[in-house]
Amino acid sequence: MQIKIDHLTKKFPDTVAVDDFTMDFESGKLTALLGPSGCGKSTMLNMLAGILPVTEGHIYFDDDDVTDMPPQKRGVGLVFQNYALYPHMTVLENICFPLEIQKVNKAERIEKAKEMAKLVQIDQYLDRLPKELSGGQQQRVAIARALIKNPRLLLLDEPLSNLDARLRLEMREEIRRIQQETKVTTIFVTHDQEEAMSISDSIVLMKNGVLMQVDKPQELYDDPKHQFVASFLGNPPINMIDGKINEDGDFELLDNSTVIKLNSKVGQVGQEVVLGIRPEAITFDEVKNAKAEIIQRYTMGKEELANIKIGSAEIRVYLSSDYTYKTGDIIEITLRDKGVFLFDKESGKRL
Amino acid sequence: MKKFNVKKFFVYFFLVIGALIMIFPFYWMIINSLKTAQDMTLYPPSWTPSNWFNFENYKVAFEKAPFALYFLNSIIVTISCLIITTFTTIMGAFAFSRLKFKGRDLIFSLLLGLMMVPFEMLVITNYMTVAKIGIIDTLFVLILPFTSSIFYTYILRNFFLSIPDSLYYSARIDGASNWKYLWRIMVPIAKPSLVTITILNAITCWNSFYWTLLVINSDAKRTLPYGLYAFMTEGGSDMKLMMAAATITIVPMIILFLFARKYIVNGVARGGLKG
Ligand SMILES: Nc1ncnc2c1ncn2[C@@H]1O[C@H](COP(=O)(O)OP(=O)(O)OP(=O)(O)O)[C@@H](O)[C@H]1O
Ligand SMILES: [Mg+2]
Repeated sequence: MQIKIDHLTKKFPDTVAVDDFTMDFESGKLTALLGPSGCGKSTMLNMLAGILPVTEGHIYFDDDDVTDMPPQKRGVGLVFQNYALYPHMTVLENICFPLEIQKVNKAERIEKAKEMAKLVQIDQYLDRLPKELSGGQQQRVAIARALIKNPRLLLLDEPLSNLDARLRLEMREEIRRIQQETKVTTIFVTHDQEEAMSISDSIVLMKNGVLMQVDKPQELYDDPKHQFVASFLGNPPINMIDGKINEDGDFELLDNSTVIKLNSKVGQVGQEVVLGIRPEAITFDEVKNAKAEIIQRYTMGKEELANIKIGSAEIRVYLSSDYTYKTGDIIEITLRDKGVFLFDKESGKRL
Repeated sequence: MKKFNVKKFFVYFFLVIGALIMIFPFYWMIINSLKTAQDMTLYPPSWTPSNWFNFENYKVAFEKAPFALYFLNSIIVTISCLIITTFTTIMGAFAFSRLKFKGRDLIFSLLLGLMMVPFEMLVITNYMTVAKIGIIDTLFVLILPFTSSIFYTYILRNFFLSIPDSLYYSARIDGASNWKYLWRIMVPIAKPSLVTITILNAITCWNSFYWTLLVINSDAKRTLPYGLYAFMTEGGSDMKLMMAAATITIVPMIILFLFARKYIVNGVARGGLKG
């Protein structure tokens, strides 16, 4: 099912949690809603589910305007961050509950629930109470309960944040598998960029209630439209250097300590800009963009990195052990085309 | 061998003493109800009846006053109060915790304020009200003023508030109405609280005396506490008969307590909601 939101806004007494959102969610795809804490992700999800009234704007499921439709009529399944399993019901009863409400007869709903339990691989725990399950198992129950009524839309609100790192990896593969098996349109909230990058078909990146960019994960990384997008994605994070464009169209640090030659001269002379350089975007080839000094070399996991200083700006780059530079060496660096971005200082927009 | 634990010894020592002090009046009541006239004349009084199966006093008590009828009256009044109060408490607690309407918190504060008014004062206005309706000296008048309780509503409301919102929203998305959510999710979760409330309420209703004394005149409408009182004043002061009558009065509450012991302790000691 295609979801279309049109100038959607949600105001709370003292915040605008979602600010004039217009976009489409693709049918049958897994979309991640990504953004820092408090940016309005849950608010967005709750409006789609119908448990929060919208302040302005419209939501369409395919061609139906569902803006004022109550939650039970929308045909959505929602998995809460804390799973919200009914504590007094067994796993089986929990999964059956939506069908019980629909007055499906008992034999049929139990059969269906068992099928669902098999899909999410909890069929051996049907008689347990939620508190007798691990976090990962509870999550599967919550997903099964959300899926059993064949929702048109599956919403997941940070379902993995309660799990430990290993289980989180496992469960996100699981969510991916279930989504691909059922082909249900899915929206998945997370504030973990890696999680979003690894399982979603596309990512919606938001900040303070504002839509920053919607794109496929790799494109979001390779082609950020905004400084915030570039700095939110990537680990280790992108380096940001403040400066301005000089007469030659190159980048000059604010204190005039050095000039970095740019491969594509997109800025206007005198414009204040921010230069973003991903750690992997620096090489040491023939093209010389700037001089730099090695400050320190170190390893992080199995990556080898170095802090280098260009003029007064210190940045972090990958530096494989093939290079024998030592601390204090002055070297010439090359900027690759990929992974180097120029942003307008004031608006943060990419130039 | 396990080491002798001095601290534990003292803890248990005092607990045992406390328990004995609590149990003693009940013990005394029961043995006296089983004593014969001859046992009663002994000085100092004996700690045991001469015959543990001497139910003569009960027989006489039942003959002298219609305790069976009092018993029935008490049961009717208590069960009616319980059913209605529990229902109104659940509905009130739900409304004040989950439903959103104008002035909700103000109304609730006013209700809480009402709890400050002592029962003895309400008795006067309540009496005038029931006198005007003309239901004095019926069992109904024993039920009507006790069909809702702000205090129990308050306790249950607080419990309902501790149930995460996400459960409510989840149930709504699953298609449940407010009504369904209340009875299928909230009430089962609140069962320990509800049992505690019900038991406290049962004890209060069962022992209710002052109001009964005021509004009941005829013999046939008496409940057990009133019956017991009348029995003592009208039937002379035969200690062993009084003790038999008193035992009849409290036995149902003791049975109730024994059955619901687990829930009372859980209800009092319950922490937050897990799972
Ligand atoms: N019921 C509410 N009343 C008032 N303000 C609210 C309410 N719910 C959320 N907000 C505010 O709206 C903003 C967005 O909240 P939201 O819960 O959507 O954030 P989020 O992106 O889900 O964050 P997190 O990752 O921490 O869950 C926050 O500033 C929050 O304080
Ligand atoms: Mg959230």
